[in-house]
Amino acid sequence: MNAQPQRTRSMRHRISLVVLTALLGAFPLLPVHAEQTSVPENAVWSSLKSDVFGDRVIEAANGVIRIEAPKRAEDAAIVPVDLHFNSEKAGRIKAVTLIVDENPSPVAAVFKFGPDAGVTHLATRLRVNAYSYVRAIAETEDGKLHMVQAFVKASGGCSAPAMKNQDEAMASLGKMKLRVFPPKAPGAEAMNRATEMQLMIRHPNNSGLQMDQLTRYYIPAHFIQGLTISQGDRLIMTMEGGISISEDPNFRFEFHSNPGEDIKVEASDTEGMKFENQWPLASSAL
Amino acid sequence: MLTGLKTFSRRTILKQGKAAIAGVLSCRVLPPGPVFAAGGVLPVRQVADGIFAFAGTDALMTDANRGEICNVGFVIGGDGVAVIDSGGSVAEGRALIAAIRAVTDKPIAYLINTHMHPDHCFGNAAFEGTGAVLVGHHNLPRALASRGEFYLSSYRESMGEALMREIRIIPPTKLINDEENLDLGGRIIRLKAWKPAHTDNDLTVLDEKTGVLFTGDLCFIRHLPTLDGSLTGWIAQLEALKAIRAKIAVPGHGPVPAKWPDALEDERRYFEVLTHDIRQAIAAGVPLAMAIRTAAESERGNWHLFDAYNVRNATAAYAELEWE
Repeated sequence: MNAQPQRTRSMRHRISLVVLTALLGAFPLLPVHAEQTSVPENAVWSSLKSDVFGDRVIEAANGVIRIEAPKRAEDAAIVPVDLHFNSEKAGRIKAVTLIVDENPSPVAAVFKFGPDAGVTHLATRLRVNAYSYVRAIAETEDGKLHMVQAFVKASGGCSAPAMKNQDEAMASLGKMKLRVFPPKAPGAEAMNRATEMQLMIRHPNNSGLQMDQLTRYYIPAHFIQGLTISQGDRLIMTMEGGISISEDPNFRFEFHSNPGEDIKVEASDTEGMKFENQWPLASSAL
Repeated sequence: MLTGLKTFSRRTILKQGKAAIAGVLSCRVLPPGPVFAAGGVLPVRQVADGIFAFAGTDALMTDANRGEICNVGFVIGGDGVAVIDSGGSVAEGRALIAAIRAVTDKPIAYLINTHMHPDHCFGNAAFEGTGAVLVGHHNLPRALASRGEFYLSSYRESMGEALMREIRIIPPTKLINDEENLDLGGRIIRLKAWKPAHTDNDLTVLDEKTGVLFTGDLCFIRHLPTLDGSLTGWIAQLEALKAIRAKIAVPGHGPVPAKWPDALEDERRYFEVLTHDIRQAIAAGVPLAMAIRTAAESERGNWHLFDAYNVRNATAAYAELEWE
């Protein structure tokens, strides 16, 4: 008799948590808004954490990974986030998960790095819908997880995390641009070892499930799901992405390059479209 | 909402989510604006024969100013009235209707939304039951579908529950594809749908008889322009805007009325500085996060609400211009 209610209670607790999570996502306009000027409780993260990482232990980053994000999301659709990695602290970082707690789609992206890619810095742009923690969880080769976070206040006024120019976004769908930046250190050999580059992909990366007020149909989601960047046959990184990555996904990163080998990019979206491109590794005209 | 969610697993939702937004945004709250209509009749002024306009205050929308931050107005024809923008709350919309009723008994034939932003169309619900046909740019329904729910959620904190409760997103039913005339009875107003500029759904209204141009937010004076469409598109269309043979303008924000086309001069200069600074940063390889801190800083003293909107404009400009 004793065990039964116990189990029921814990099951009920689980169910209500799931329902609550679903409701929070489904009914954003319900009155949960009053106190959100302050740092949100970690209840959201606690729930997310088990959804994404199960019961794995997550340690504080302690310098393994560092995050830079603005205090306020001035343009809710384009919030720049910089991640810096330090492999000397805890060994090579295999993967990084980027999360925006309060977004309808919290997991912005999962990046996985090639074994000898040597990625030390990665900058991208996020949609930030509400006052939220933006967090990055790095997985080192020993399987440990290291987390760092920054609190971002949402923008005020009419800045929406939506496309500004929808026709333009569709008209040049899949177009890519790669920039290679010259080494910053004076006297450093161009195209040698640490190279900084920026990949830009034209894509609306839109979220879907927005109701068309006239037709009452939902607009289907359409976003970049998968991305692979390699040099020659060597993997630099992959990304598994969602709609919290801004329109026209943009990645600026530093990695160890091999002189003379081409950069290859393959991307795929939720409508099954594939986008591919290849560039010789040469500094862009700046 | 739930029907849309049914097909998505929790895992999918984590990645893809849904458009509707959990949580709410807070707005920077400015000191109470100097002028707003506390009462039931919006204090409009006559800018030309049969044309009236209300000048909004240069501020962010709050419960204290009832969202009355943009310029709205109306044109009285022989058979009916055309209203240009409904304001930032249903309360403002009602006060605008009261202002119309104070000067004419003619029916309200049209409510024209110059674009999607809440300060211009949160008052739409006030016009339900007036018989007015809601008119907008052909892109406006799509824009409201993408953003409407976000707007309803994001303004809740600054505007307050009492004002937000009655606000609804009501899209236009009469869509303007290019140019179209509306006959108000012995009075023709010319509507023009623009290519992406301030937004991707900007519409202007010209009264042919008096040469009064309602610019919507294609023209900002004194209040820093906000960029939510295409900076290069806006700049490219300044000449076409300038060429409109109007005598005076009711800008989207700023003094009412304003001399035309001089009214465009300040924003033209700001766009020039902003594009110059951002293009220079992109060319030098300066990352977005760094470039937006200093872009167009030299324009600070020329505008109200510079701190509220300049970094945002710079961000949007950078993301657009780096594709050049």
